[in-house]
Amino acid sequence: MELKKTFNVLYPPCPDYTGNSRSAEARTSKGWGGAGLEEAGQASREKKKKKKKKNRAALRHSPRPSRCRKLKPASMVDSCFVSQGLTALAAFLLFPFDSLAASQIEDQAEQFFRSGHTNNWAVLVCTSRFWFNYRHVANTLSVYRSVKRLGIPDSHIVLMLADDMACNPRNPKPATVFSHKNMELNVYGDDVEVDYRSYEVTVENFLRLLTGRIPSSTPRSKRLLSDDRSNILIYMTGHGGNGFLKFQDSEEITNIELADAFEQMWQKRRYNELLFIIDTCQGASMYERFYSPNIMALASSQVGEDSLSHQPDPAIGVHLMDRYTFYVLEFLEEINPASQMNMNDLFQVCPKSLCVSTPGHRTDLFQRDPKNVLITDFFGSVRKVEITTETISLQPDSRIMESSYKEDQMDEELMEPLKYAEQLPVAQIIHQKPKLKDWHPPGGFILGLWALIIMVFFKTYGIKHMKFIF
Amino acid sequence: MGLLSDPVRRRALARLVLRLNAPLCVLSYLAGIAWFLALAFPPLTQRTYMSENAMGSTMVEEQFAGGDRARVFARDFAVHRRKSGALPVAWLERTMRSVGLEVYTQSFSRKLPFPDETHERYMVSGINVYGILRAPRAASTESLVLTVPCGSDSTNSQAVGLLLALAAHFRGQIYWAKDIIFLVTEHDLLGTEAWLEAYHDVNVTGMQSSPLQGRAGAIQAAVALELNSDVVTSLDVAVEGLNGQLPNLDLLNLFQTFCQKGGLLCTLQGKLQPQDWASIDGPLQSVQTLLLMVLQQASGRPHGPHGLFLRYRVEALTLRGINSFRQYKYDLVAVGNRDCPTPGRALEGMFRKLNHLLERLHQSFFFYLLPALSRFVSIGLYMPAAGFLLLVLGLKALELWMQLHEAGVGPEEAGGISGSSPPLPLTQGVGLASLVAPLLISQAVGLALYVLPVLGQHVATQHFPVTEAEAVVLTLLAICAAGLALPHNTHRVANPQAPDRGWMALKLVALIYLALQLACTTLTNFSLGFLLAATMVPAAALVKPSGPRCPLGSWPAVCCSRGAPGSSACSAWHLLTFLVRLLGSRSEAPAASALGGEPWMDTWDMELARADLAQPQVHTPTLAISAHRGPELCLRR
Repeated sequence: MELKKTFNVLYPPCPDYTGNSRSAEARTSKGWGGAGLEEAGQASREKKKKKKKKNRAALRHSPRPSRCRKLKPASMVDSCFVSQGLTALAAFLLFPFDSLAASQIEDQAEQFFRSGHTNNWAVLVCTSRFWFNYRHVANTLSVYRSVKRLGIPDSHIVLMLADDMACNPRNPKPATVFSHKNMELNVYGDDVEVDYRSYEVTVENFLRLLTGRIPSSTPRSKRLLSDDRSNILIYMTGHGGNGFLKFQDSEEITNIELADAFEQMWQKRRYNELLFIIDTCQGASMYERFYSPNIMALASSQVGEDSLSHQPDPAIGVHLMDRYTFYVLEFLEEINPASQMNMNDLFQVCPKSLCVSTPGHRTDLFQRDPKNVLITDFFGSVRKVEITTETISLQPDSRIMESSYKEDQMDEELMEPLKYAEQLPVAQIIHQKPKLKDWHPPGGFILGLWALIIMVFFKTYGIKHMKFIF
Repeated sequence: MGLLSDPVRRRALARLVLRLNAPLCVLSYLAGIAWFLALAFPPLTQRTYMSENAMGSTMVEEQFAGGDRARVFARDFAVHRRKSGALPVAWLERTMRSVGLEVYTQSFSRKLPFPDETHERYMVSGINVYGILRAPRAASTESLVLTVPCGSDSTNSQAVGLLLALAAHFRGQIYWAKDIIFLVTEHDLLGTEAWLEAYHDVNVTGMQSSPLQGRAGAIQAAVALELNSDVVTSLDVAVEGLNGQLPNLDLLNLFQTFCQKGGLLCTLQGKLQPQDWASIDGPLQSVQTLLLMVLQQASGRPHGPHGLFLRYRVEALTLRGINSFRQYKYDLVAVGNRDCPTPGRALEGMFRKLNHLLERLHQSFFFYLLPALSRFVSIGLYMPAAGFLLLVLGLKALELWMQLHEAGVGPEEAGGISGSSPPLPLTQGVGLASLVAPLLISQAVGLALYVLPVLGQHVATQHFPVTEAEAVVLTLLAICAAGLALPHNTHRVANPQAPDRGWMALKLVALIYLALQLACTTLTNFSLGFLLAATMVPAAALVKPSGPRCPLGSWPAVCCSRGAPGSSACSAWHLLTFLVRLLGSRSEAPAASALGGEPWMDTWDMELARADLAQPQVHTPTLAISAHRGPELCLRR
């Protein structure tokens, strides 16, 4: 329970989090409501066991990892029960009705609210400089184009481009970045807001952006102002290797650093669900260390494989795109805000016959079944609207009453003096065994041994040989 | 450790080395030669590959279709040149300006050390014309150079035509990130050197030239072009520069990839590329190419105007149109349609790829040998050849040292065997001290060989009925002869009590000295070092006083020791130049050889290079050069 207190202290739940209209439905249906201490402890033990067995499937079906229960005990969660707007409607909708029609409506509503997010963010990173890495900029811009087309506004997109290809003097078509041969598709478009550019694209800036540890002077466009109801798309491309991605020829980010950054984001409640896509050589190595919940990851290639380029264009003189992102772009071009394509469709993009490398994905940390996850949950910012002709009588719910009662309780709880927690148990979090010390004979024994040796020596040679020793 | 510190074992080892020395030496020498010849065969030659990311593929579209325009320019140039009798500067300026370049001229003059053979003149003056194509969207911090040298006998009008047509085409493109300098130089290499010195604001050859009015940034790469007829059958690429310097292998790879892409016929050392590596023909052909390259590199002469660029750390090569493969006849220059390969297209592609460069060319090899255009031998694979040759000297020195050691320090051993030489602990020191005089004298003769012929040629021509060139050669011979006749103080070396010891010590020192010199030479110019080693090592190893009179017998050894610093390099150079010229006449005579100035310049540079290996403390310009070259060498490794 130290963790809970940590977060109570560092990140008080009000008022930022209350405004996020966290729905009662989401909470209750996921069984957060009355998670007690014992339950949390049990769950964590269970989780450890499962980890040991590597039974990831089991973990996937468990409603929510135990840590989140630890972090969000009833008292704190309840503080956020200020239901508003549409989600409040859902909360009312979802409570069991006896009639069949009511249960249908409930199903619909569940479909309606299945993602549980209220806002979308995208962090799109190109880490490569230099003209011959044109394709990486085109990759990133093509994803930018797609997410913008599907409705994420520039204010919710953090675009990091390490080089300016459109205005590179070597570009025969200034102010354009093409993704297709013969100038078919200009992904640079008419308005591009690059938030981090050229030498600002560093590992430090990227990690600060993700974890929110940004100087207060940082402008709003350079911040990831996400919350625990945000679905975040993180797309990265560049030159990588087994377990790292190079940033600008001078530094690199490792998969462990990235995994820790995501864990921090989770602990700071900066995302609801996270989709990580990376197009680089040996891309799968970048997501294999992730351990935070609700992350789905895709990569262009397996460990030991190179990701290959596509669309050589002799007029521009470079490769325009990488294969994986090229086919992802083709896939995304078919998506519209209402399309019902799900993540399983995205996993099918760019089979080995087209990609040459083998694209990989990882879903064991993700709670929902990928087939229920719409592409637009991450790539779009879709305001859900469903017009229904049926009249639904909204009844005041007892739980709401209960929650308001708990709110009062929590106010009392907050009266307690807050304490700082102990250090974060890092070893426990990343499931590493502490190193066993080698056995060492006790100091006294060694001292005695030396004394014995010296005594035997003087016994044998006498004290007059002292001068030969010193 | 125990092997050498234990006296008994040490003596056993010594005996083994002494007994097996002769076969080991022969074996090592043969191994060196065999290794060298084996360099042309596939396990030791590797395929070339592009290391530079920025020039990764040939994926650029060559749009140049100005062959007809090039031909018109060439014809006009030839007409104007014939009319004026020199470089038609005004016409060139006008044409370059009409094409859209910033045009500047530079005048230069140089007093020749030897009179011009055709015009009987000492003073040469000329004008270089160059036009700068400014990169439209980049700061002028970097540049590329396309240069055409115009000599008195090689008109190169087709090359000038192609240069102008390319300039016109390049002017229409907007993707340049580097300025491109189109340079037409007069008097072949003299003009190139004058322009380069002015561009870099140095003066190493005493050239008088006007300062450059227009500059572009640091030169990243240069291509020199020599085309002498409308119809060429193939393009020959020359890489060997001054003192055997080579451009980065990536530049050659670039040329080679565009050769392949365009289907151009490209040659190296005037030889076609071997197609069949499986049978014996391919490697045999590559042996020939390799030997030609080694001879060319050992001469130290630049194999084209690009050679002078290399000194300024500008990667450069020369492309030369050859007309000798009649069976593959292409009208290379003037072809207008899109599918036919032209050198213009290849040049456009190369320049576009060089334009993509972000740093200097540095990823690939700087030290290599080329048995074929698509194969190379890296320094790690060719150095053992020279290493084996130098090992002979080491073995011989070891043998001598052991003999000396046994005679002086191991009295009981020596006494047991011969019983003649008494233990003389002082002779060792006296022997070494007595070596100083002959060594100093031979060094002085070497220095005289290096300095006097050039200094004394005017005196010689005033007093004797000889020309300057003859004067230099005769002075060389005179100093050689005089050097041999000088008293070397060798009588002191000869010790009456141990008659062999004197020459042995002298030869020991001479061998080690020679080995060091050759090793240094080999590192910077493998070809020269290897050829010197191949010829000098047997002589140095075998020479030995045969007669009873030690003082006389020891002079060959003294020669050896003197030979290394000065005379051998000089004489070997003359010999090699002669050889190379003989070989050079096979396809196309080096354009520069007609002009008296260049060989002298080359000798000068070459000697400077040798000197900064041999006697870095002697010559002040040498010091300057070595300081200039030091970081460069470091970089290149």
